[in-house]
Amino acid sequence: MADEALFLLLHSEMVAGVYRAAEQGEGENGRCTTKLESMGFRVGQGLIERFTKDTARFKDELDIMKFICKDFWTTVFKKQIDNLRTNHQGIYVLQDNKFRLLTQMSAGKQYLEHAPKYLAFTCGLIRGGLSNLGIKSIVTAEVSSMPACK
Amino acid sequence: MSRSPGRKQENHKISRELFVLTYGALVAQLCKDYEKDEDVNDCLDRMGYSIGVRLIDDFLARSAVKKCRSYSETADMIAQVAFKMYLGVTPSVSCNSATGNEFSLILDKNPLVDFVEELPAERASLCYCNLLCGVIRGALEMVHLAAEVSFLQDRLKGDAVTEIGITFLRKPEDKKHRRN
Repeated sequence: MADEALFLLLHSEMVAGVYRAAEQGEGENGRCTTKLESMGFRVGQGLIERFTKDTARFKDELDIMKFICKDFWTTVFKKQIDNLRTNHQGIYVLQDNKFRLLTQMSAGKQYLEHAPKYLAFTCGLIRGGLSNLGIKSIVTAEVSSMPACK
Repeated sequence: MSRSPGRKQENHKISRELFVLTYGALVAQLCKDYEKDEDVNDCLDRMGYSIGVRLIDDFLARSAVKKCRSYSETADMIAQVAFKMYLGVTPSVSCNSATGNEFSLILDKNPLVDFVEELPAERASLCYCNLLCGVIRGALEMVHLAAEVSFLQDRLKGDAVTEIGITFLRKPEDKKHRRN
C-alpha cells in the first residue's frame, strides 16, 4: 500500500528536521533523540488504542509482547518480528532482520553511526504502545549491521 | 488467505492512522519549538517540499501514467490519482482562471485532520496541512512544472471546505523552446 512510502518519507524528513534544528540551535544529540522518542510515544499510545479496540484481553506480559511482535509490527511495518527472546524476568529482545526504516539506507556497516537516529521514533512507538497497555518500560535499540536491528 | 477481508481493510486504515498520528505529533513538536505560526508553516512547507521531490518518483513508478499534456490534465492527475493513492480521498478540481493555469482542489474530507477538532486559540494562523502544499510543489517541480501552492480555505479555520490552490507559473524558457 502506498501509505508506507509516505510514512517512510515523513519519518526521514522528521529525523532530518529535528537534527537540522539542533545544529542551528544549541541542542546536543541527546535532546534530538528524546524529541523523536517522545513523538513516537504519543503516536504509539494513540495507535495501540485504536488497534486493540476489538481484541480480547491479554493474559500476561508475554502475550502482550507476542501481540506487539506479530500484529502490531505487521500493521506498522508489514512484517513480523523475526525473533523474540526473553529471560522471563522482564527483559525482551525483539530482533528484526530487515527493519523497514533501515532497508533503504544500507545493507551492511555503512552509515552505522546514523542508524540510532532512525530507531528513536520506533522505540518511542513501542514504549507508548506498552504504556497504554499498562506496562511501564524502557526501550532501547541496537544496530550491529543494517538492516537488522534489535 | 487465512485472514478475512475485513481485517485487511482494517490494516490499511491503521497504516493511514499511523501516518496521521505521526503528522500530528510532528506538528505538535514544531509548535513547541517555534513560537510564531509563520515559522511552523514554513518548516512544514519545506519538509513537504523535500518529501514531494522524492514522492514523485514513487508515484510515477506505481502509477505508470502517461505524460500530461495540459495543466488541467496535471491537476486532474494530482486529484484523482495521487491523492487517491496516498491519502485515499479524491478532491474535486475546479479551474479558477480564464488563462487555465490556476486550479483548486476541493477536499471535503481531509484525512490529515481526522484526529484534530480545532486549532488552539493561540495558533490561529497555523496552516495545519501545509505539508501537503509543499509536497505538491516539490513533486511538480521535479516534473519541470513550477507552481505556487497554498491553502485558500481551511476547514480548521472555520471555512466550509478545505481548498488548495495551485497556480502554475509559466517559465520564460518554455516559450523559447516552442519557437525553435
